Amino acid sequence: LRMTCQVRQGNTCTCRSSNPLPIYIVKNNFFLLSSSLNLLQPFSSPILLVLFFAYMAIWFARSRNLVSTMRHNLGLSAIFVKRDYSPRPVVFTNSQLSSTVFLSPVTSLRHESTAVEKQPELVQQSDEEDAQELNFPGGKVGYTSEMKFIPGSTSRRIPCYRVLDEDGKIIPDSDFIPVSETLAVRMYEQMATLQVMDHIFYEAQRQGRISFYLTSVGEEAINIASAAALSSDDVVLPQYREPGVLLWRGFTLEEFANQCFGNKADYGKGRQMPIHYGSNRLNYFTISSPIATQLPQAAGVGYSLKMEKKNACAVTFIGDGGTSEGDFHAGLNFAAVMEAPVVFICRNNGWAISTHISEQFRSDGIVVKGQAYGIRSIRVDGNDALAVYSAVRSAREMAVTEQRPVLIEAMTYRVGHHSTSDDSTKYRAADEIQYWKNSRNPVNRFKKWVEDNGWWSEEDESKLRSNARKQLLQAIQAAEMWEKQPLTELFNDVYDVKPKNLKEQELGLKELLERQPQDYPPGFHV
Amino acid sequence: MTVRDALNSAIDEEMSADPKVFVMGEEVGQYQGAYKITKGLLEKYGPERVYDTPITEAGFTGIGVGAAYAGLKPVVEFMTFNFSMQAIDHIINSAAKSNYMSAGQINVPIVFRGPNGAAAGVGAQHSQCYAAWYASVPGLKVLAPYSAEDARGLLKAAIRDPDPVVFLENELLYGESFPISEEALDSSFCLPIGKAKIEREGKDVTITTFSKMVGFALKAAEKLAEEGISAEVINLRSIRPLDRATINASVRKTSRLVTVEEGFPQHGVCAEICASVVEESFSYLDAPVERIAGADVPMPYAANLERLALPQ
Repeated sequence: LRMTCQVRQGNTCTCRSSNPLPIYIVKNNFFLLSSSLNLLQPFSSPILLVLFFAYMAIWFARSRNLVSTMRHNLGLSAIFVKRDYSPRPVVFTNSQLSSTVFLSPVTSLRHESTAVEKQPELVQQSDEEDAQELNFPGGKVGYTSEMKFIPGSTSRRIPCYRVLDEDGKIIPDSDFIPVSETLAVRMYEQMATLQVMDHIFYEAQRQGRISFYLTSVGEEAINIASAAALSSDDVVLPQYREPGVLLWRGFTLEEFANQCFGNKADYGKGRQMPIHYGSNRLNYFTISSPIATQLPQAAGVGYSLKMEKKNACAVTFIGDGGTSEGDFHAGLNFAAVMEAPVVFICRNNGWAISTHISEQFRSDGIVVKGQAYGIRSIRVDGNDALAVYSAVRSAREMAVTEQRPVLIEAMTYRVGHHSTSDDSTKYRAADEIQYWKNSRNPVNRFKKWVEDNGWWSEEDESKLRSNARKQLLQAIQAAEMWEKQPLTELFNDVYDVKPKNLKEQELGLKELLERQPQDYPPGFHV
Repeated sequence: MTVRDALNSAIDEEMSADPKVFVMGEEVGQYQGAYKITKGLLEKYGPERVYDTPITEAGFTGIGVGAAYAGLKPVVEFMTFNFSMQAIDHIINSAAKSNYMSAGQINVPIVFRGPNGAAAGVGAQHSQCYAAWYASVPGLKVLAPYSAEDARGLLKAAIRDPDPVVFLENELLYGESFPISEEALDSSFCLPIGKAKIEREGKDVTITTFSKMVGFALKAAEKLAEEGISAEVINLRSIRPLDRATINASVRKTSRLVTVEEGFPQHGVCAEICASVVEESFSYLDAPVERIAGADVPMPYAANLERLALPQ
């Protein structure tokens, strides 16, 4: 961090810094200074000048402290400096556990994690300030006699990390993890497939063939690029707008269709409404409707992975609205305290059904909340597949090697309605939706980049889309025809072992069906 | 052995036998447990397996469920089950229903334990009995021990069970001492879930109850014996699954039933037992079933009022 201050004419001053955030603090102070100086106008100028320089000197010393403290505590170095975090080697030591077999890194890591924050001071603190510290539970804290309230938000919002511009060109000097042709093409194919899948299932619901559907239109980059950045051992706890992660991991279009139709081939055995996919094999937890419950669960999964010393982390998704739930606080706070390897990905898509984010919170989005929990955070352009890929990949590495949670806020827009039970034109402008659908489309943006590299052609495009469409229509047709679950599945899986009362009820139902088959529709077999 | 020591030894033995078992809750570690049930465990197993949580029942219940999803076996302590209401969404929607909703892909081998029901002079928000609430949910198992042997056997069974178990203890029983057999002290000792115990055999009337009221019922049976009435006392042990077979067999023998619980009367455990007996043993009953339950009021604080709000 470097700061040079050039005093220009009288009251105004500009400061340059390699770290954008402190400029703001500097500017704020100067506005205050200049407005107060204006008040002193009537007084003679030499006094004014003396006062001015005295104030400057004191202010400068203070602000360096403020700046370095902020840099310290807000972990800004991770955001603004080119990726200078170094993965900590995980040290295994014998812990207090004498009776158990496994060695725990926890005790050493607990000390190490707090040590990470002690970045080398680039700005020296003055000796007087070192002495002015108070001891409280929680450590030493410097004090000031100036009563200053930290503003509710910085007037300049936390900037958004992006790599590709809207035309699909890489912004010069971008930080990003390079993506090979194979990976990029696969990512694009999956994003396009997700689009086709959403479109066709949505239409199927409108035709009355499935009861419900929820699209991810506009959020394809978040879905696919985040999945591409994870390892298959990473455990995913989704909200419900992340089927792309499952698609990436290998869930077939037929498997998606079977769940939506609740037929015999559905892995969920027809127990849940459509889009509540899940797959043990693909490490994707079955979707559960209550909002944000997956956040503390993810902390628990992360804790479990930590205890078993697996090279994997928990990854969990939440929308902007879900961050208002109490579970958001519990999940993030706990993951931080337990030092669990969890990557929290918030899809800030602007809308929680009809609630706009301006009615959801008063903070600068969700990224600023991470630091409140001591969690390293980043805001990323969620419609930029390369940026999402790099951010998630880096976050995942941090989470696993440093055994700590990371928060990613992916900015995007929910182009579709909340679900098939919603008509969003009732609460937002149709041209707002069109704008995001056309001009800020994440799939088109990534497509331009892939095409510019010569990795994709129009012919590939039409072939992919028509194949996907055909496969989906066939999958739907097949899923629709497939018989439903046998009625025994009504009584299974309530417990690990079926209890006596359910066995009796099942027998009772079977006997009833045999006695009076005419009262039940065909296909109702036990 | 006191119930407290019984619970402590059960958790200790299960943690020693299976490294996936861990304890989580407020004050369970350094404070040795709000009621000292987890005493000594932190020293023995370390802070990763005896985890002191921040104050958020919703949070640590969710985390426990997540850990169970991923294969660990958490034993989550609620300081009292009254506080479990702040976490009840996770208990019901994340734990109880998960195995069913995921078609067997997600199982939740978790135990929720803590004191339940009335203590002494703790008022309305610390005295409710949750047996009926949890026992109405398919997917959960609900246990309520009485003696030290019950406490040991049932808690060990609960920790080993692959389904989510709600384990309802009683604060006033923690300090009570019970004789305990050699068999019960063995580390492999386990009681079957879903079996009631006939604490005292009789032939004139059946008294069914659970937890602290078992002691009351036994004392009542003594008093009845002086009057020449032989009462059979059944300690339910397991509220869900309810041992309907034992209850009905007993009622068919005695033809009269008195059900006792500390909780609120409407939709209580006793109501379910009545329904079961009426459905299955109607013709054996010589008299209507008598239900004895707590008063239909939030628990008052004043000692004289509290005494009258509970079965005496």
